[in-house]
Parts: sequence; C-alpha cells; structure tokens
Amino acid sequence: MALFTLNINGKTQEVDVDSNTPILWVLRDHLDLVGTKFGCGIAQCGACTIHLDGNAVRSCQLPVSAVGSSVITTIEGLSENGNHPVQEAWLEHDVPQCGYCQAGQIMTAAAFLKNNPNPTEEEIENAMNGNICRCGTYTRIKAAVQTASQKL
Amino acid sequence: MTTVNTKLDRRSFLKVSALAGGGMMLSFSWLAGCKPTPEEELGLPKEWFELNSYIKIGENGAVTLYSPNPEFGSNVKTSMPMILAEELDTDWKNVFVEQADFYPERFDRQFTGGSQGIRMGWRPMRTAGATARALLVNAAAQTWNVPSTEITTSAGILEHKASGKKAHYGEMASLAATLEVPEEVQLKDVNDFKIIGNSKKNVDGENIVTGKPLFALDHRVEGMKYAAIVHPPAFGMRLKSFDKNSVSGMHGILDVFPISVFKDDYTRNSFDTTTFPEIVAIVGNSTWEVMQAKKSLKVEWENAPETSFQMAGWGGNTSSVSIPAGLENSSVHKARMAEYSQKPGTILRRDGDPEGAFKKAAKVIERTYSAPFLAHNTMEPMNCFADVKGDKAVIYGPTQAPEFIMGTLVQALGIPRENIQINLARMGGGFGRRAYSHHLVEAALISQKIQAPVSMVYTREDDMSAGVYRPAYSATYRAAMDENNNLLALHVKAGGIPESPIHANRFPAGAIDNYLAESWDIPSNITIGAFRAPRSNFIAGAEQSFLDELAEAMGKDPIEFRLELLKRAETNPVGENNDYLPQRYASVLELVREKSNWNSPQPNVSRGVSAYFCHNSYVAEVVDTVIKNNQPVVESVYAAVDCGIVVNPDAARNMGEGAIVDGIGNAFFGELAFENGTPTKTNFDKYRMIRHKEAPKKIEVHFVDNGEEPTGLGEPLFPPVFAALANSLYKATGKRYYEQPFAPQLEMQNLKM
Ligand code: FES
Ligand code: FES
Repeated sequence: MALFTLNINGKTQEVDVDSNTPILWVLRDHLDLVGTKFGCGIAQCGACTIHLDGNAVRSCQLPVSAVGSSVITTIEGLSENGNHPVQEAWLEHDVPQCGYCQAGQIMTAAAFLKNNPNPTEEEIENAMNGNICRCGTYTRIKAAVQTASQKL
Repeated sequence: MTTVNTKLDRRSFLKVSALAGGGMMLSFSWLAGCKPTPEEELGLPKEWFELNSYIKIGENGAVTLYSPNPEFGSNVKTSMPMILAEELDTDWKNVFVEQADFYPERFDRQFTGGSQGIRMGWRPMRTAGATARALLVNAAAQTWNVPSTEITTSAGILEHKASGKKAHYGEMASLAATLEVPEEVQLKDVNDFKIIGNSKKNVDGENIVTGKPLFALDHRVEGMKYAAIVHPPAFGMRLKSFDKNSVSGMHGILDVFPISVFKDDYTRNSFDTTTFPEIVAIVGNSTWEVMQAKKSLKVEWENAPETSFQMAGWGGNTSSVSIPAGLENSSVHKARMAEYSQKPGTILRRDGDPEGAFKKAAKVIERTYSAPFLAHNTMEPMNCFADVKGDKAVIYGPTQAPEFIMGTLVQALGIPRENIQINLARMGGGFGRRAYSHHLVEAALISQKIQAPVSMVYTREDDMSAGVYRPAYSATYRAAMDENNNLLALHVKAGGIPESPIHANRFPAGAIDNYLAESWDIPSNITIGAFRAPRSNFIAGAEQSFLDELAEAMGKDPIEFRLELLKRAETNPVGENNDYLPQRYASVLELVREKSNWNSPQPNVSRGVSAYFCHNSYVAEVVDTVIKNNQPVVESVYAAVDCGIVVNPDAARNMGEGAIVDGIGNAFFGELAFENGTPTKTNFDKYRMIRHKEAPKKIEVHFVDNGEEPTGLGEPLFPPVFAALANSLYKATGKRYYEQPFAPQLEMQNLKM
C-alpha cells in the first residue's frame, strides 16, 4: 500500500492503495466516482475511458502509480452542468439505450474532437472504434459527434 | 372512446395509502434522479397524494409516474410512463419518472423480455392513467358542485367551462386520493393521443451522459464489502476443493467460502438456469483486491457426473431434467448436428403430401444452414448488490425477471418472501441474459454469510464463460420444383444443441400445399437461455436465405416471390394454425420496397431483402452492401416495421437501429466454440463484437401506421437482418453464406474483415 496524491476533476485527492491498482478501481471503489465503467478490464471495450492530461486513456490498464502529477478528468468532471457540447449532442440525438458504454464513448469523443474539431466520417469511425456499444448505438454516436463538432 | 372496467385489474388501482408512508415502497431509490428537467418549471411538491400504484400527484401539480418494468435499454422507463401520462391527460413537462421496485402487490408483470412490455402494459397503463384522471375529475365535480360529465381536462388542468372554473391537478389531488375508485373509466380515442406517438427524450438521458450512479454496480453503502467469484473452468466440471490459505494473507482479503445456489430438495423453475450452482466467493475491501486474489486462489475441479433435478413446469407439472456428464467439443457438436440433419426428426407439421411431391419433383434444392453458440456479452457484466442481515434481505440487482428469482432467493437464504426486497437497478444490457438471475442469489448468499452489504461482480471472463448462451443450431431446407420451376413442396428439418429453433406454423407454412416440418435436439451440459428473439434469431436467417435462393432459381424478384406466397396464404391458406396475418406481413414488404427504392437500385450496390414475423410484429429489411477497398461495407439498411401504435417513435427507431447493428455484428462475427468443455473465447480480445467501423453507414426504420394495439419491438428487427445481409453479400461476392459467422468465409475469399 502506498499514498498517492491525484488531481481528479480539478480536485486534489489522496488515496492509500496498492500501487498496481488501476485508476478505474481507485475512482470507483475509493473515490465514489462510479461514472467510469468496468467492461472488460483489458483495454478492449473503452467503457472505462477517462482523460489523462486531456487524452483519452483506458483507466482499467492505467496503474495509479503511473499517473504522477497528470490531470485526470472523468465523466463527472467533463463539464460543470452536463453541458459539454458532446454531452448536449448526445441528448439531442437521444443516443443511449442501456447507457452503460456511454460515459466511455463521450470521453473518447470529447478528447478526439479537441484534437480534431472538424473530422470526416471516417476519422470519427476510427477514433471511436475502440469503444464497444453492445446495444448498437453506433449510427447515433456518429451523428452526435458530428453535431458536437459543429458546436465546438 | 372505450370504456374499461377497472375491476379487471384491481390490484393496480387499489388504494394503498396505508403502505405509502412506510413499507418497502420507499426504498433508497426513492426520488433518485428526480431532478427537474431544464424545461421543467415545477419543483418537488411538499406533499404527494397517491391516486393508485402508478401515479402520485403533488399539491403543486407535479406528477410522479412509476415505471413498473425493469429497464435494460429498451426505454420502457420512458415509454410506459408516457402511456400513463396520456390517459391521465397531464403535461409531460410536469412528470417525474421513478423506477418502481419489485412489488407484485402493486404492479403487474414486472418482467422485461419477450418484447411484451408495451403490449402487455398497454391496457393496464392506460386504465391506471384514466382511473387517476377520473378521480381528479370527480374531486373537481365535488368541489365545484357540478356534474363530473361537464368537466374537461387538458395537460393537467381541470376545467368547467360553463362556470369558468379551473384548477390544476395538484389542487384536487388531496381530495381525489380519498375518493372511491370508479368502476368504469373511459379511455381516449387513439386519434386524441397527444403524448403517445410524439417522441420524448429518455428520462435517464441526462443521468447517463453525466455519469450518475444508475446501475447496481454503482451502488455504494456504508460498510459495503466487495466480492468476486470463481467458477469451474469448463462445462461438465464442478468444485472439488479449494485452499483458503492460498489467498488468506493477501492484502484486503477478508474471507473465502463456497456458496450453493440451490438447496438439494429445491424444485427449480424454468428461469433457474445456472451453469455452476456451486462456486467460490472471495470477499474483500475492494474490487481490485478480490480480483487479484481470484488469480491466486488454488482450486481443484473435478468432472461432474450426470446430474438431474426437479423442474416446475408452467401448468404446475414437475418434470425431471438431466444434465449430461462430459467435456464437450464444438467439432463433435458439428459432426453430430450433421448426423441428426440426415436422420428422421419429430414431425411437427405436415400439409398435403410432401413426400409424394418430392418423389415426382423435376428438381430438388437442398441447403443446410448453421450457427454457433453466442454469448450475450452485456456491456455490464453480471453483478449484484445485496444486504442480508438476520432475516431481512435487500437486493439491488440487474434482473429482467424479479418474480422468477424470488422463490430461488427464499430457498437459498431461508428467509420468507415478505422479508426480501428486490429493487430494480437499471441494467447495462440484458438481451435475455438477465432473465436468469442466479447472480442475485449469489450476492445474497455472500452477504448473508458475512452479514454485511456486498457488491459482487463477475470479471468479463467469468461472465463470458458462465453459460446461458444462445444455442447452436442447424436447419436443412429442401424445395421440390416441377420442370417449370413451380414450387411443389417445402421441407424443413431443424434442430440444435440443446433445443430446436423451429416454429412450424410460421410462414411459409400456410402458403405451400405440401409442407413438412421436422425437429430434433441434442442434449448438452452447455447451458442456454433466451437471447434476443430466441429461435427466431436463427431460423429467420435460414428460411429467408433459402427463399432468396428459391426466388433466384425461379427467376423471380425476391420481394415479388414472397408477396405471391403471402397472397396464397391470405386467399387460400393451407392448414389451420398459421400464426401470422399475411396482409400485415405483405404490408411491411411493400413498405420496405418503397422506402428502399427497391425497383430502382443504385449501380454497384448489392441488395438483399428479408422479412420475418415474431413477437406479434412484422418486419422487412433491405441491406445494401458495397465492396470498398476489398472490404464488404454495409452502406444502408432499410427496415419496415408493423408493431402497431408506436408509443415513442424516436426511441423505437433507436431500438430498431440497435437490433440491426446487433444482427449484422452477430452474422459477421458472433461465435463461441468449446474445447474440452472450455469456451475458446473469454474476453473481447478474442470474442469479436461489432464496432463503429463495421456498423451500417445509414439505417432507416419506418413504421406502418395502422392504429393497431402495440406489439413487440425490441426483438423483431433482429432476426431478419441475418438473411438480408447474407442475400446482399451473395449479390456482392457471388457466394451464398450458409454458416454463421460469415467473416471467416469472406476472409477465405480474400476479402478484408
Ligand atoms: S474496461 Fe477498460 S477498456 Fe474495457
Ligand atoms: S448503450 Fe448499451 S452498451 Fe452502449
């Protein structure tokens, strides 16, 4: 066990956990930030996507010891009032079915659009390809990313 | 307008105010998510007045509607309250929606599955809404001293035009809650619907996109522990022993013990499917710690002998079910299915003289189709929260079927039913898998053992290798034709491991003079369960691929050919028990023909069509593929759906799009195979799921507008996709696809998948 100081959603948080613990479980079990989801545990589904210094990463494969002073953003901290353009676009297109994958999809989309605010359809598909949606909301996700890109 | 008797469904309209202040109703989920929406003007009221099980109205006019059925993504949590709101005649803006807990004394049929939520809930929801409205009208009549027949309602406002009196529902709610429930109430005319048929956003949309706790796995209480499970590595194996010491020193590990879902003398119900009734539980302080211990736990497994148990049937009959011993292999499965498809099966239906027709046929076409086991792979793995202390249990679990697991909980825990509370968590997908809720029992047993609240979670590997799969299937179709390519007879023989997919009385039965349907099955210890449109999800693909090949052999347009058969079934049906309406079937084919511009196809686009009837609904689909950079790409999918009245059209389209994506994914990639009883894939690195790049570029879902009462929607769009895709790929590549998944065969044709 070791003490880690983390910068999450603009707040400094201390946790005392095994240094191999993936950030996913630090968020969920130790900090009650349960918006980030567990889907596969092996970086294959994207349900656990968070931002590390603004880049989308798989939190299930990111040990707490590797974070250092990097800034973590989770779905809970993506915007103050749920009004990030990507979140708004998601509501406009009423994307979710079960909803379980959607935090990960939104986090991937938000990081992607920051670097590429005017993507082609193909670029959207490539960027989102690591996020599985078992309910099959892909066409709506693509439409929502396009809508968000127009607002950014 | 229709008059309905409220007595028919009395329990939903009982006055339950005695329970309203205490009891199990007011659980911790109470008003969670009751954040006013942006356009929402009304805040929470000071007091709620309960008009019936489904409806409460606050003094300020705010309305709480309870959504009775578990939500797994089909959006019933929005659409069922929409039905209530319609007949209540309230303003949707003033509505708060609450997920009801499992409470059979108050709600009917709290079950999500079989695409029956809206169909079965249609009358009860409408009656509940209309009953509450009638109480409000009567309260206003009493208050204003005018006849109730002179009072009108609109968007939550009561009005007596002659005297100019007006009040909002909240002003009459406290009196309404004390009045007698009228024996008869009037339902609206379909043409007067204002909410039904007008798309409403998902009531949980904002909670989802902001990451609010909605799922059982997100539930946290003081003193809660975490648990992982370890189950046998193969079907046909069971627990022999484990060494607690192998993990007891590990940090954060509190306890390790075996649990058993069924007591020896328990009579199971048909939803009590569980592959491994005996597993090992590891309890600790965090998920990561119990998952680490899982890897280190030393366990010995042994081959399980043949077992049998008692199972209660629907009519109260109990039968004995046997599970064979042995470690099974997919290669052996395939060989046995091939053998069974050549042997005589059980005859389910015979019309005319099929054998004679085949004898005198000038030409016989025979094709065999097959599909492997599939894992449901809900995004949220099996999990459950349970808090069992003494003789009380609270379960917060992702389940489609709380009623079916209640008895299992009672026997496993030894706690009476009235002391067990099941709260319904939003599910991260169901697809049939969570109709089998052994995970609720497992979590409850773990909590009971440690006498503390616990959150139990499967790893993805546990989930994918725990069974309750879609069965493996095979179907052989034969057609007899005369020298002029007229269809003389059709023969289908289909079976599976361990159940047959056949629906003997469905189309094209009824349209062919000489028809024979045979069935077979092969027992197995690989457990199966409902998977989005059970049986139909395979047989539709086989049947509709075969019809495509027949149309081609006859030189007919595939839509025209189906319409001809349906005309025959309509005007001069063969046999008695045909379970579809040919006209409604034909109407979706006609609609998809129009919407897809079937008769003026684009160059270089390969099109396939398919149509199917299941869950009381009719669906026709056209799939367009192109080969781009040596890769098959699904450009567009057009679906025409007859599911009667559509309550929430945009959400219905979403569900339909999802079913189409699901079907294309499983047709291309879905497969679970076994070696010595062990699944060859246990996570998404090997089990290929459809992803963004493979999804259709465009999907259009069109509904037939016929004002019929609603029928199923979540499943019916799924079965026809398989054949529409196969038929379209045939046009693109010149090869027929008989075996699912298609991707390996496409790769053998040097296409990229
Ligand atoms: S849980 Fe991290 S990618 Fe699936
Ligand atoms: S919405 Fe259910 S997995 Fe994406």
